[in-house]
Amino acid sequence: MNINISQSNLLSGREYRGAARIDGPLVTMRNTHNVGYGELVELSTGDGKIRLGQVLDTSDEIVVVQVFEGTDGLSMPGTGMRFLGEPLTLAVSEQMLGRVMNGLGKSRDGSATPRGYAERDVNGEPINPTAREYPRDFIQTGISVIDGLTTLIQGQKLPIFSGSGLSHNQLAAQIARQAKVRGSGGDFATIFVAMGVKYDVAKYFIDSFEESGVLDNVALFLSLADDPSIERIITPKTALTLAEHLAFDKGKHVLVIMTDMTNYCESLREIGTLRGEIPSRKGYPGYLYSNLAEIYERSGKIIGRSGSITQLPILSMPNDDISHPVPDLTGYITEGQIVFERGMHARGLYPPINPLPSLSRLMKDGIGEGMTREDHPHLANQLFASYSHVKDVQNLASVIGEEELTALDQQYLEFGTFFENRFINQGYDEDRSIEETLDLGWEALSKLPSEELQRVTDEEIAQYYRG
Amino acid sequence: MNERIIGKIKRVNGPVLIVKGIQDARMMELVHIGEQRLVGEVVKLHDGEATVQVYEDATGLRPDDNVYGSGMSLSVEVGPGLIGQIYDGIQRPLEELMGLSGAFIARGLSFDAISHIKQWEFTPVIKKGASVSRGMILGTVQETNQIEHRIMVPLTIEEGIVTEIVKKGSYTVVEPIAKITLPGGRIVDVPMVQRWPIRVPRPTKERLSLDRPLITGLRVIDTLFPLAKGGTVAIPGGFGTGKTMTQHSIAQWCDADIIVYIGCGERGNEMTDVLREFPQLIDPRTGNSLMDRTILIANTSNMPVSAREASIYTGIALAEYYRDQGYHVAIMADSTSRWAEALRELSGRMEEMPAEEGFPAYLPTRIAQFYERAGYMKTLSDREGSVSIIGAVSPPGGDFSEPVTQHTRRFVRCFWGLDRGLASSRHYPAISWLDSYSEYLDDVRHWWSEHSEDSWYRNRQKIMDLLQREVRLQQIVKLVGPDALPDTQNFILEVCSLFKTAFLQQNAFDEVDRYCPVAKQVKMLGVILAYYEKGSEAINGGVPMVKLRRLRAVQDMARMRFTIKADELHQIDRIQLRMERAIDELGGIYEH
Repeated sequence: MNINISQSNLLSGREYRGAARIDGPLVTMRNTHNVGYGELVELSTGDGKIRLGQVLDTSDEIVVVQVFEGTDGLSMPGTGMRFLGEPLTLAVSEQMLGRVMNGLGKSRDGSATPRGYAERDVNGEPINPTAREYPRDFIQTGISVIDGLTTLIQGQKLPIFSGSGLSHNQLAAQIARQAKVRGSGGDFATIFVAMGVKYDVAKYFIDSFEESGVLDNVALFLSLADDPSIERIITPKTALTLAEHLAFDKGKHVLVIMTDMTNYCESLREIGTLRGEIPSRKGYPGYLYSNLAEIYERSGKIIGRSGSITQLPILSMPNDDISHPVPDLTGYITEGQIVFERGMHARGLYPPINPLPSLSRLMKDGIGEGMTREDHPHLANQLFASYSHVKDVQNLASVIGEEELTALDQQYLEFGTFFENRFINQGYDEDRSIEETLDLGWEALSKLPSEELQRVTDEEIAQYYRG
Repeated sequence: MNERIIGKIKRVNGPVLIVKGIQDARMMELVHIGEQRLVGEVVKLHDGEATVQVYEDATGLRPDDNVYGSGMSLSVEVGPGLIGQIYDGIQRPLEELMGLSGAFIARGLSFDAISHIKQWEFTPVIKKGASVSRGMILGTVQETNQIEHRIMVPLTIEEGIVTEIVKKGSYTVVEPIAKITLPGGRIVDVPMVQRWPIRVPRPTKERLSLDRPLITGLRVIDTLFPLAKGGTVAIPGGFGTGKTMTQHSIAQWCDADIIVYIGCGERGNEMTDVLREFPQLIDPRTGNSLMDRTILIANTSNMPVSAREASIYTGIALAEYYRDQGYHVAIMADSTSRWAEALRELSGRMEEMPAEEGFPAYLPTRIAQFYERAGYMKTLSDREGSVSIIGAVSPPGGDFSEPVTQHTRRFVRCFWGLDRGLASSRHYPAISWLDSYSEYLDDVRHWWSEHSEDSWYRNRQKIMDLLQREVRLQQIVKLVGPDALPDTQNFILEVCSLFKTAFLQQNAFDEVDRYCPVAKQVKMLGVILAYYEKGSEAINGGVPMVKLRRLRAVQDMARMRFTIKADELHQIDRIQLRMERAIDELGGIYEH
């Protein structure tokens, strides 16, 4: 009964020569032994270099392998393949902090690849929902619109929906610099994952980490725009494998910044198309949702372990379209979203976050008395409701003119201006405490008559309202 | 386990396998694959080959690995001990899996769905010598404070004579509690644990009409778009519009006896939230913990996709089992779109010809089959029980014209459309009063008449009319501003705006507001309409509208959802009195 198992094990490591087909990043091989699904593959190219790949489809006739480092320069007869009998693993270690690596975890900074102490399957395993600890620790980012209205919680996955040319990199770097959990020491680490972004974007982050003196506590996984696109689909998995080790074995609070998820999805689409799979929306594969979930769900907290993984993925919405499959499916998986608006950016506001479509699902359990301040939930609710009315008034004003508005609606406009220019808008280095943020929120509400504030209590009005 | 090799793997393509050398495999047979014994199911048979979908991650499976047949279909294990559990999509208990593999779920694990060791106090209700038929009740077990579990004659036994039944006492679920002699003379041992294939609806005697509402305590649902017990409803909405929040609220407060909550391809933390929160919440009707009536099925988005496809059926099979004991069961399926996408993914891997947007052509059939398992039934033991299905739909881009929303609409009779605009302005629940509908209005009319002194149907119609008129008036306001409208029309805008903040919005975190009893809903709607009628009269008599909205009684109406508890409803009458008196006074001042 076990014969074919042991036979396969004996044969793993044996080298086969001569590919049957090479198409993009996919190499097909015939007449191999029985190869396992998902096995790691080493390709030799004839010039002595080794590339890594993974089995995508296996049968008793052919094996299809995707090559992470691209197939440039491979020839059909010259390609050698060894099946290693196990899935792709990463040797994880704390030594990886302070280092720059490629998508597979190999050194990129010239020095030797960090020695790991444990090999981990990069695909990970799903966290048992009963083992999860519900995240409720408030992270103060020092950015009012986030702390006040879309609060980030330790263990949350909160993506930034942005567009090309907007200031998402500045914001992500600012969050990485300023994020803290108040009243707790804790051991923090950052993992930065670049997928198909330009070198200068990566450089911007490295410089920003260096300036704030945290570079030794950052592990960088870079798969840049000129690296093979296929490498991108393994990069976040490698990085999250390290994150799980740091968080759940070493007790660190890990912030994972991933940019740009849209590039990741495009690489998946590339593979899907090459394999002739039936596409769903906009040519993206039908399993895009499951695939993204395998990345995003690797965040959170586990009962009895002190660390956490917080994800801050950045994705650019093609043509600023929030209903594009990438932001859309992301929004269905992540615990909220921070949405950038081009118009606000054009008006010189930073961060250009529109609070109305933005949302933090975990906020409800992480704010209020004992966590931020007792008036926070109602205040946030009131700011949303009032700002939403400002938008209606602005629309009306653009038709009938501001002079024709009622006195009350003019007050709303005044509130809106203060809210955008003083509450939302802030400097790249401005680090506001949550109390400053909330007080600023009340200052904005004080531009409105108190009868208009239906979502806060009379006591809160008595204590904070200054109209 | 009755194990035989049915074939060997020929090809592995993600969660779909081709198995060769097939001779006696059966369609939908449960199989175990490779030496790790991964769980799978036969979904297609052709030319000596079988297509098998694997319910776990297929990494490491290779050609020529053995595939073992179990001789039975993918089934649920039913019996005392289901309530309060959290299962994955193929009914493996997640708590127990944690004991086996720690915080992360390893592959190839198996565990009994309900404890085979725990003893339950069984009380027989039938005597030796009684002739029984399938579905009749043999005895009972107090499963939780609230639920009496009724052990039934297995559905595989058409009829027979009880030749032995145990005395009242403690038994495990695997010990026989009765022996039944079949007409042919064969004697069958009946333990409390039984199995049922998840894809087959359990039989009942007949379908009854759906004339009782499922009360959820959410005003916009109960008063405007009611769901009947045994009915079906879809909740479509883009991300962030509050599908899950609405489902949670209904699961917490609706007046079903049992809740089956299926987290199908959703977030892990959401299931954790339910798991941590429900045991601490108290059911307002029974005073017991909400977990005493809840079964959770969690197949989160990062768990294997084929098990996600199965999770919906696992959930409904458990629901039908309790319905057959005479309970009202409500299923929350969050989200059916993920289930449809799982179908699409598996169909794609099987290289089937796609229909719309890559979904298989049998998508509408599967959706119809699922929703048809809801209903208000007379059970085989002549009790009444129901299964109501509340299915969330997650349309891509929030676009309701996509296939899953459209096909679901054809098979459900109630529709609670979530609106992104409402969600953005934090109007929760963001159920749109313009897109939503309920076809159960006439079915539940009689029940509501009895509970609202006949006012419900009429008042509901009045407020719906006002909301429709408001839409037209708003269009005018958008063009020319509110000052252009006469006060009588502005007053409609005013009343609708009050209705939205005071009635339609509901705060899930407020102790008082999160559950609104029927009597309070009736009174709240009544007082708002009274304000409209009285106010309109006054405006016709020359009172300016600004004076009306500043009345203290009107301010109080805006807050009554928070301030007035379920046992102080006379306060609403008092507000109405004060409002009417104040308006009369104003009328006196402005009389010519």
